[in-house]
Amino acid sequence: MSSVVLASVSLENVLVIGALLFSIGLYVSLSKRNAVGILMGVELMLNAVNVTFLAFSRYVESPRPLDGQVFAMFVIAIAAAEAAVALALAVAVYRHRETVNIDEIDLLRW
Amino acid sequence: MLLPVVPEGVVWAILLLPVASLLIIGFVTKPYPRLSGYVTIAAIGTAFLLSLWVLDSIIESDGHRLAFSSYEWVKVHTDNPVLQRLGGQSLEVRLALNIDGLSAVMLVVVTSVSLLVQVYSQGYMEHDGGYSRYFAWMSLFTAAMLGLLLFDSILMIYVFWELVGLGSYLLIGFWFHKPSAADAAKKAFLTTRLGDIGFLLAILLVWTKAGTFDIPVLQEMAHSGALSDTVITLFALGLFAGAVGKSAQFPLHVWLPDAMEGPTPVSALIHAATMVAAGVYLVARMFPVFQASDVAMTTVAYIGGFTAIFAASMGIVMTDIKRVLAYSTISQLGYMMLALGAGGYVAAIFHLFTHAYFKAMLFLGSGSVNHATGTFDMRKMGGLRRSMPITWATFLIGSLSLAGVFPLAGFWSKDEILGTVWHDDKLLFFVAMAVVFMTAFYSFRAVFMTFEGEYRGGEAPEHGNAHHGTPHESPWVMAAPLLVLAVPAALAGFTNVPNDSLQALGHLLHGSLPEESAHALHHAGFNAVIAAASTALALAGIALAWAIYVRRVVPADDLQRTFGPVHTLVARKYYMDELYEDVVVRRGLYAFATRAGQWFDTNVVDGAVNGAGALTRRAGDTLRWVQSGSVQAYGTVGFAGLVIASLLMLLLVER
Repeated sequence: MSSVVLASVSLENVLVIGALLFSIGLYVSLSKRNAVGILMGVELMLNAVNVTFLAFSRYVESPRPLDGQVFAMFVIAIAAAEAAVALALAVAVYRHRETVNIDEIDLLRW
Repeated sequence: MLLPVVPEGVVWAILLLPVASLLIIGFVTKPYPRLSGYVTIAAIGTAFLLSLWVLDSIIESDGHRLAFSSYEWVKVHTDNPVLQRLGGQSLEVRLALNIDGLSAVMLVVVTSVSLLVQVYSQGYMEHDGGYSRYFAWMSLFTAAMLGLLLFDSILMIYVFWELVGLGSYLLIGFWFHKPSAADAAKKAFLTTRLGDIGFLLAILLVWTKAGTFDIPVLQEMAHSGALSDTVITLFALGLFAGAVGKSAQFPLHVWLPDAMEGPTPVSALIHAATMVAAGVYLVARMFPVFQASDVAMTTVAYIGGFTAIFAASMGIVMTDIKRVLAYSTISQLGYMMLALGAGGYVAAIFHLFTHAYFKAMLFLGSGSVNHATGTFDMRKMGGLRRSMPITWATFLIGSLSLAGVFPLAGFWSKDEILGTVWHDDKLLFFVAMAVVFMTAFYSFRAVFMTFEGEYRGGEAPEHGNAHHGTPHESPWVMAAPLLVLAVPAALAGFTNVPNDSLQALGHLLHGSLPEESAHALHHAGFNAVIAAASTALALAGIALAWAIYVRRVVPADDLQRTFGPVHTLVARKYYMDELYEDVVVRRGLYAFATRAGQWFDTNVVDGAVNGAGALTRRAGDTLRWVQSGSVQAYGTVGFAGLVIASLLMLLLVER
């Protein structure tokens, strides 16, 4: 069954999906004013990269075929840690300032 | 003749003894003034004895240069290719003692006059608070003057030349609490520096063209034609510019009369006998170079001739006895320059030699008079012949010698100059003859105003002695040097009597020139007509002074009224000081240079500083919006940059 699917889905298709996801994530993280929204954009970009890793792992002949998948596992783990820390920061900031709008969080700006 | 050839260490000792005296006074005997004086006298006295030994060896060698070892003084080797391409030569300066007839004679003159002046100073400076300092500077000056004579490198001459200038500055300004003395010191230093610029340029020029500072080599090159005529002429004129400054020749003579602000023994040693003769010495030392350039020789002769008559005219009207002597010195130095320019190498140095003794004696005599009367103003003196017989007698001998009366020293040397000039340039000869008359007149004007007639008062003395009611002879420590100096002042002429088989001095001096130069000198034999004429003129001058100032046939005041405007012009020194001070310095330098300097400061210096500040500020203002602090904005710009870079990659990089 998998070979049927593979026959109709090429490497380029998957890479386009990855690029689209990455672009959406980038756009979100650069344009949102809500800190949580920005974090969501970052998650999108991380997962777009994961898709790309997996695609290459699957489609490209290699003496070490599992490298891409191992990397993806790393990314997932680190993304989880990052989300935990970043969301904790967002919550802490919200408790102090009652906002998560990043334009208003500008204490370090002169 | 009696002694073995002088070893090198002895010559070094002549230079180092006064240096040692300076150091000893500075570090040890400063609190004990008497001792400082004795240290100086001992050092210079020993140097004098050693100089006599040097002279003895030189007589043995016929005035030819003694062979001493040559030392490497400075060595800078350029390996740097950039410097080499820019024309940098590797610098190697060698240094050797240069003892020949000329320097040996000068050594004896400097050490002997210096010794007597130091002895005299014991009395003259007795009550001065700066006694130790005085002898320290005197030692410094003597050391510098000796150093000037000893080395064969023109660079070394320049070094000591400036040191001599420093000694002169310190001693003119010895009473620096007097504003006039401080000003005179500055004036002397700056005016001579002006000439020294020429000297320095000449040295730089000859280094770039000839690549050596070695005087014998330069003399050789001047003759062999290794240097072009233009270079030789410029070199000679540059050297002469330095000599004009040091020897107070027109137009840089203005400092010497003011230098009389210093203590009188200083004037005797520095501004009559030695330092001012350094210019003449320099021209004589580089004489072969001057010989190679007619332009330079003519310049030297005419500047010298003009200075001689110009200064003599001012000497006639001065009322300050030291200033009369100062102008007389300028005039006599002009005479020596005139002799050099006319090719009279021996005559010039001969005159330098005799002049050093009789002029030093005259200055010391004027100091002795000042010691007695407390003034230098001849209008307040008079009648001192009876109270100061020794001073009178020596001053009279000095004046007769200066006037050139047979058979005193000045007669022989002046006559040799006149004889030389007669062969070279008739116009200058008549100028020189006029100067003979004027010299006799002003020197005996000084003698008669000071020593004849009635005593007219006096003043509190310059160095704070208790006031003397009646003038009296100076103490022996001052009178003895006068008596000793009277001997060479009267007899020094016999060292070079013309047509004499001995011609001792001339013989020595010839030996110090390269062969070609010595041959090129023409020998003016004794000319009885010239000698008789010049003596007659001198006697006429003396008679005129006698008629005006002793017999009062025509009172001096009447004459002064008759020649009112002329007298004012001369008495104001032809307004040279005013010209320099108001026009050159105040209007020229101050007005122009300060304005130019201010413009440069406000526009260029301040402009650069303020401009740098304004540029930074404006750049900051312009670039500030970039640093918004918004991470998202940074990210956007970064991404845009990435996109642009990628596009460029795709478009430009060929696959």
